[in-house]
Amino acid sequence: MLEIKNLHAAIGNKEILKGIDLTIPSGEVHAIMGPNGSGKSTLSYVLAGRAGYDVTQGSVIFNGKDLLALNTEERAATGVFLAMQYPVEIPGVTNMMFLKSALNAIRKSRGESELDAMQMLKVLRGKAKEIGLSEEMLKRAVNVGFSGGEKKRNEILQMAVLEPLLCLLDETDSGLDIDALKIVADGVNALRSPARSMIVITHYQRLLDYIKPDRVHVLAFGKIRKSGGAELAHELEAKGYADFTEAA
Amino acid sequence: MNASTNTLAKDLAEQKYKYGFVTAIDSETAPVGLSEDTIRFISAKKNEPVWLLEWRLKAYRQWLKMREPKWAKVHHPPIDYQAASYYSAPKQSDKPKTLDDVDPELLATYAKLGIPLQEQEILAGVQERRVAVDAVFDSVSVATTYKKELESHGILFCPISEAVQTHPELVQKYLGSVVPVSDNFFATLNCAVFTDGSFVYIPKGVRCPMELSTYFRINAENTGQFERTLIIADEGASVSYLEGCTAPKRDVNQLHAAVVELVALDDATIKYSTVQNWYPGDKDGKGGIYNFVTKRGACRGARSKISWTQVETGSAITWKYPSCILQGDDSVGEFYSVAITNNHQQADTGTKMIHIGKNTRSTIIAKGISAGQADSTYRGLVKILRTAKGARNKTQCDSLLIGDKCGAHTVPYIESRQPKARVEHEATTSKVSEDQLFYCQQRGLNAEEAMGLIVNGFCREVLQELPMEFAVEAQKLVSISLEGSVG
Ligand SMILES: Nc1ncnc2c1ncn2[C@@H]1O[C@H](COP(=O)(O)OP(=O)(O)O)[C@@H](O)[C@H]1O
Ligand SMILES: [Mg+2]
Repeated sequence: MLEIKNLHAAIGNKEILKGIDLTIPSGEVHAIMGPNGSGKSTLSYVLAGRAGYDVTQGSVIFNGKDLLALNTEERAATGVFLAMQYPVEIPGVTNMMFLKSALNAIRKSRGESELDAMQMLKVLRGKAKEIGLSEEMLKRAVNVGFSGGEKKRNEILQMAVLEPLLCLLDETDSGLDIDALKIVADGVNALRSPARSMIVITHYQRLLDYIKPDRVHVLAFGKIRKSGGAELAHELEAKGYADFTEAA
Repeated sequence: MNASTNTLAKDLAEQKYKYGFVTAIDSETAPVGLSEDTIRFISAKKNEPVWLLEWRLKAYRQWLKMREPKWAKVHHPPIDYQAASYYSAPKQSDKPKTLDDVDPELLATYAKLGIPLQEQEILAGVQERRVAVDAVFDSVSVATTYKKELESHGILFCPISEAVQTHPELVQKYLGSVVPVSDNFFATLNCAVFTDGSFVYIPKGVRCPMELSTYFRINAENTGQFERTLIIADEGASVSYLEGCTAPKRDVNQLHAAVVELVALDDATIKYSTVQNWYPGDKDGKGGIYNFVTKRGACRGARSKISWTQVETGSAITWKYPSCILQGDDSVGEFYSVAITNNHQQADTGTKMIHIGKNTRSTIIAKGISAGQADSTYRGLVKILRTAKGARNKTQCDSLLIGDKCGAHTVPYIESRQPKARVEHEATTSKVSEDQLFYCQQRGLNAEEAMGLIVNGFCREVLQELPMEFAVEAQKLVSISLEGSVG
């Protein structure tokens, strides 16, 4: 369970998050929608522990742990995973190498034994197949020369391999055609489980036809302005965000 | 946002050097100072023929008239050549005939360094690649493995001091034939005072069945190391050779001025790899090895090939330009380099490709990584003579900066007298980005692991040129030299 209380965060002197309250019970999928620049990516970075974001007030408790007291890799080890809006390229490091280093680092932090090359290959092959990524993609450098869709699928592959407990998906659907969208949604749905919480950040109601959210929240001007069931997404699709103004 | 890259850069600057121990062993060391007597002393120690003593003395007399080169982008206080000793050797009654005769203290040293001096049994059915090692300790070779097996293929792999005794005709024919005695200040000094090093001869048509390697260890205090390596691949022969090196931590600078000469005849291939890990000095720039080295290969024969791969992580100052003289038609020269500098380390390194024969080709891939306050320069010359019709060169220089107190420079010279030659040059400079570090850390890697992974990725094209046996070691070394307090 993730509990965010009165979370304020700033970049430099500019306050971006202005008091977020959000609770996501284990096993639930919550969608966060909202206009551009409302602070959705900022929220995901703050949860993941990116440098440069100052939390000025509030608390974040995940499965009983004070998330804000942990550094980035410690949060990853407790199960936080961020599928990024703009996945990063790492020249010369193969996907295989990257996933192997990541999985072994996380296993080590959990006190589990590291996997050897053969065991790793087996895991990766299986997962890649499920996500519809060819084995060839495992041998290519992380995100280098990947199409937009391939980058997003690659994020889902990493998520499937690392088996996190809190999945943050930041606009994983943008730039995907309908087939890729279905594959990504299938990947996410396959990971739904009673132990796992997910936040799906999206612009479009379309994704939510494939990933059925338990709750939908509207984030605008740094605050959650409205929450509701899946029907809220349809409402937003029809009316847009015009009702949400800075003053509200 | 550079806060965390700067912290890392600071951590890097405090990296630990794992090979800084000193072996307690009785040594015979020449009195401090350099004169004709010093040279006579070394020559007598090695029981050398008169021609070699004369060759050394001639070099010495030339050296007295020469000056240190000043063109490299490196700075150091003047070196007092009279303040060092030019010969130091562990005391042993006779040269050990088998490993059992080698001083256990020395065996322990190499074990600690991870250098295998025991020959491995060939296990039934297991095709493991083996590595023959020549171990040079200060001024002498203390052990050479697999000599017998190599001899059965007609391959000579022994200390050069031994080759002078057993195959003087080969040594006399090739010594100084690639790097002339008067080549440069440090090379000329080496000719005068060189002590030991490896000699390799691969006969016609023989592919060397195992990796050959020499491991150089400086142990004695206040001595210079001047080794000399000579590798000859006869027609159609091929060999892969690796050189490694370490030295104890000391807070005075020590001079290492080696000369390496390679000769490849028709259709011969020599692959020469270096993993250089001399003591780099402490985080304030105190101590460390001055590594002033001349390495050159001659592709004398048609279709011959010489490939240099170097991973340079150590030394206070590196001054080194492994080069190829592409004389034979259709010969090929390659230079793959990774140079990592941090703290106050300085590296001025690169290559020279001299195209003489027709359709000669060369490839240069140089990766420079700078952290701390280090300064790294790539300096390269591609020279194409009028005779080199159809010559081609491709050069790629990439620099990676960690933190914002370090520097990287690229100085490519191109001289072409052959209008139809094709020369391509590309250069990039990049920083390890905050985005990349965050991405890796979000996936569970700590800051140092993240940096190690990113930097290894940056070096990949070069590291994959290393023989398999050493690629993994080199990757670890790259990461270790990037580890902070954890190292
Ligand atoms: N590095 C930064 N420096 C200054 N302002 C930033 C930075 N990153 C984002 N912002 C600002 O923070 C606000 C929220 O951005 P973001 O979280 O990316 O929004 P969303 O993901 O909802 O589109 C925007 O006004 C954006 O301009
Ligand atoms: Mg965003």
